[in-house]
Amino acid sequence: MQLTVNGEDHDLVVTTLADLLAKLDFEGDWLATAVNGELVHRADRTAHILTDRDRIEILSPMKGG
Amino acid sequence: MLTLYGQELRSRLLLGTARYPSPAVLEDAVRSSATEIVTVSLRRETAGGRQGGAFFELIRALGVHVLPNTAGCHSVSEAVLTAKMAREVFATNWIKLEVIGHHDTLQPDVFGLVEAARILSAEGFDVFPYTTDDLVVAERLVEAGCKVLMPWCAPIGSAMGPQNLPALRTMRAQFPDIPLIVDAGIGRPSHATTVMELGFDAVLLNTAVAGAIKPALMASAFARAVEAGREAFEAGMLEPRDFAVPSTPVIGKAVFA
Repeated sequence: MQLTVNGEDHDLVVTTLADLLAKLDFEGDWLATAVNGELVHRADRTAHILTDRDRIEILSPMKGG
Repeated sequence: MLTLYGQELRSRLLLGTARYPSPAVLEDAVRSSATEIVTVSLRRETAGGRQGGAFFELIRALGVHVLPNTAGCHSVSEAVLTAKMAREVFATNWIKLEVIGHHDTLQPDVFGLVEAARILSAEGFDVFPYTTDDLVVAERLVEAGCKVLMPWCAPIGSAMGPQNLPALRTMRAQFPDIPLIVDAGIGRPSHATTVMELGFDAVLLNTAVAGAIKPALMASAFARAVEAGREAFEAGMLEPRDFAVPSTPVIGKAVFA
């Protein structure tokens, strides 16, 4: 299915948000995820089913002022 | 002792973590500033990326409180979502709320700021709003649930120092019980001292330290400037006078002629 991950288009065969993270090699306990503008908690990623054209944001800690 | 959302703090200096030449220099600057709060942010991670993790480890090792920001957010929905994502990552209810309204001056969109502050306060966040020195906005932010206010004193990164001292003085007088932190625009230690002398509770800065030739040395200079300003405020300062007043007593002075 077509997914937009951090602004980039991907054509992937995945079911859940956790699948997507594994497929794209995202690891670590420092990530925050959102799908279509809504936060998806870390604990809910394995249950969160993705659908075609979902927009996913994967953020991590960064320096800031 | 400064108390922000129930957290007692000895240091009245909050330090940003951006724009340092290297992580090691950042670490040195944080340590020599003796700060207990650093600001951080969130950005898109690249696939398989480890950058966020490395930075996270560095921050955790510093043993200071983390104040995540919503820098770069230009709308209420963006800022609210970023705050929620920051809470997920950093496991804190603290959020430095920025809703930017003007591209060139990075002036806050105070209307969006109040709206976002209301939403986030209702969701259990401890909101540190980056705002202007406007008193009506400040009142709305307090009504929205903010127990700390962070007015700018000049545009972010400008190093101009306080541009409107009377406004800051009035703000201090109008909000005697709300911790007020000057956030943004501080360029040099004397600027920090000046606002601390007015009775501001703390100062948040980043570029003034990170952009110095020796950031750790500048961090130490700021730490002392903030303390000097605070002690002067607590000591009670003289008001300027238009005429001379002899400091040496004149009574008992010898008469030679």
